[in-house]
Amino acid sequence: MEKILKTENISKSFPGVLAVDNVSFGLESGEILALIGENGAGKSTLTNILGGVLNPDQGRIILEEKEVSFQSSHDAIREGISMVFQELSLVGNLSVAENIFANRHPVGPVNNIRWRKLYRETEDLLLKFNLDLDPMMLVKRLSMGQQQILEILKAISTNPKVLILDEPTSSLTEAEIDYLFQNIRKLQDQGMSFIYITHKLSEVFQIANRVMVMRDGKYVGIEKMSAITEADLVSMMVGREIVNVYGAASGKTMASEYFRVENFCREGVFHNITFGLRRGEILGFAGLVGAGRTELAQSIFGAEPKDSGQINIDGKPVKISRPRDAIKNRIAYLTEDRIGLGLFLSMQIRDNLIAPFLKQLSSAIGFMKKKLIDRHVREKIKEFAITTPSIYQKILNLSGGNQQKALVAMWMGIRPEVIIFDEPTRGVDVGARVEIYQKLREFALAGTGVIMISSDLPELIGMCDRILVMHQGEIKGEVLPDDYSEELILSFATGLNSQPLG
Amino acid sequence: MSTRVNSENGSNLESAITSVDQSRMLINAAKALTAYRESVLILVILIFGLCMTFASPVFLTWRNIEAILLALSVEATIAIGMVILLISGGLDLSVGSTLAFAGVVTGLTLNAGVPVTVSILIGLLAAAGVGMVNGLLVAKMKINPFITTLGMMISIRGLLLVTAKGRAVLNLSESFTVIGQGRLFNVQYPIYVMIALVIIGDILMRNSRFMRQNYYIGGNEKAARLSGINVDLVKIFDYCLVAVLAGIAGLLITARFGSSSVTVGGGLELRVITAAIIGGASLSGGEGSVLGAFLGALFMGVLANSLNLLGVDVYWQRLITGLILIIAVVFDVINERRKERQQ
Repeated sequence: MEKILKTENISKSFPGVLAVDNVSFGLESGEILALIGENGAGKSTLTNILGGVLNPDQGRIILEEKEVSFQSSHDAIREGISMVFQELSLVGNLSVAENIFANRHPVGPVNNIRWRKLYRETEDLLLKFNLDLDPMMLVKRLSMGQQQILEILKAISTNPKVLILDEPTSSLTEAEIDYLFQNIRKLQDQGMSFIYITHKLSEVFQIANRVMVMRDGKYVGIEKMSAITEADLVSMMVGREIVNVYGAASGKTMASEYFRVENFCREGVFHNITFGLRRGEILGFAGLVGAGRTELAQSIFGAEPKDSGQINIDGKPVKISRPRDAIKNRIAYLTEDRIGLGLFLSMQIRDNLIAPFLKQLSSAIGFMKKKLIDRHVREKIKEFAITTPSIYQKILNLSGGNQQKALVAMWMGIRPEVIIFDEPTRGVDVGARVEIYQKLREFALAGTGVIMISSDLPELIGMCDRILVMHQGEIKGEVLPDDYSEELILSFATGLNSQPLG
Repeated sequence: MSTRVNSENGSNLESAITSVDQSRMLINAAKALTAYRESVLILVILIFGLCMTFASPVFLTWRNIEAILLALSVEATIAIGMVILLISGGLDLSVGSTLAFAGVVTGLTLNAGVPVTVSILIGLLAAAGVGMVNGLLVAKMKINPFITTLGMMISIRGLLLVTAKGRAVLNLSESFTVIGQGRLFNVQYPIYVMIALVIIGDILMRNSRFMRQNYYIGGNEKAARLSGINVDLVKIFDYCLVAVLAGIAGLLITARFGSSSVTVGGGLELRVITAAIIGGASLSGGEGSVLGAFLGALFMGVLANSLNLLGVDVYWQRLITGLILIIAVVFDVINERRKERQQ
């Protein structure tokens, strides 16, 4: 097949790291090539070079048999390579139309924007992709998923030959992902080629024709989807055999129930949520985006209000109306949004790891105990295998996996009795994922109950002793290990099936 | 804690054996010096002062130094509270009005025959009241600090003009004015107050749990809330603190001049914020130190004094102060980029 885009010996180094190391590969015309690898494998650097954002130190880019070089992403777009970034580049206070045609508005003789033409062209584009949106609507009123799709539409509107997508589904619901995939296939039929970066291996098998793996900046290989298994991909990514990502529950005996949530209600968000947690149990919460799982978790933790509901610990009712109360009762909540809600990015790792229990680390008159803090922080960094040059490093300079480990280490400092972990491995590479799973198993083994909210069904099935499935704010079903299957969980999650809880 | 400037570096350097070692040590010393805003400021002030001793015979006299310190004691005292507020992501534009408010309230109560200590207490309580209103509006009503305190700045000033009809409160008793005019070891009291407050403030911001919470709130307010930090309480405390410090500065000014004016402290808020930012604070929160803010105020004070001694037009001083603010921030950005590149 004809190669639309080729690279030859592309390298790019940043001070201290060789981010892309002599990579040569070819993208076939009209194919969807998935690009996978751990965080720091060089995927983003490589695609940024292809998209004109970064200049390579050496090597050639060949687009349609012709060598090209880009000074900016503007050049790349003109030559036919568009890129959709992980971070949204939309302006909330501008309309859908103005966002799609950012800086490319149709203009009249004196550079005046021709609004009617702008809205008409936007409408055409929206229609082409079956999107029921008003071109004049402000982008801030759209859901995250709609915004993500708009972002892709913006890239497509330049009519590229090659479209690079960087983790486009991380904030989409199942339905939105379906919609996105349909449209990607449609564009593929029209001859567009795709490079698709993702962390979700299941997506690779769903959408890609071939998959390319990178590790430590190097090209590891390209395989046809039909010729490879998920386990093969994992070992290509980490460079060693991983038999079972999730580990095994060994020697665990489940104790009695000690933590109970009763009749949690919040108008329009969730209602009548009742469940119990046993010591040592890993309890999964499955459901689609918008099922109310995160809101429920934050209400249990006291970070969000509730209309009614009671929490019992060891049979005694406890009152939790704000996070401080929860922390006092040794409940830890690890948020899905570690950048926005979890970590103090501009602060040192040292300050981050002690945030939830400053009081325990200060003297009676309120002075911080420096030596105790340093010792605690060093212990935690070692225990959770956080890779950092020093305890004074700003957390924003750590990789996603190390940030996530820091979030875990931060909350384990309160020595929690109950851990509520919201999306434990979002945006985390395989290596760090294995370590996080192993830690969760250790906590459970030591008698801590773990509530695990995840949108990754294989993860829930691999880790949990029991899974509760939520749909539209209600628990629709309870699934036990003997019955574990993605189909059954999804049937509850989509509301097709429900069972009264015993 | 973080100031690494010391004279040992200099003498070590001279005794270094080879020139290679010498240059490496020079580079290391320079790195250590530029790593912290406080050490950079101290260095700049020292160099500046050294130049000035040659340029003007008056500069290094005790009289002149005391004049500098006395002049900046108002800004520096308030800057302690302002930098704490900036660290937590807040801002207070009403400090100038609060300063006048406290002075006028105390002046009025004194002239009504209330004892000195009680009058002082009432003046400070009035200031704290302003801070409390600011704090409640910002923390509980979630109104933007800029707008809240801008409104407060204008309305307090208006209140003063209405009640005092634009007149100053004169003829304050000597038992009160002594707190602004009295001397100990030939140094006027307000300087002691400023230095004591700076030291206490700096130690607390570095070591006390309650005050450290400001860095978390400024770093990521939502995460701070989830970490169990009582964000609202800390914010309200910060607004009260800066208001009380403005009140203290107001009483010291009133005592120094023997009268309380309703127009005193106009434009002060911007000078205080400038000092804090030259001292390393950022308007986006999470950064800064009390010592830095003090040094920022000291630098501005030394600069203004020097320009006066050199006979530079007062209008030039504004231009220069403005440029220095911008240079300080540009310096920050360059420093930050250099650190990033090193990683």
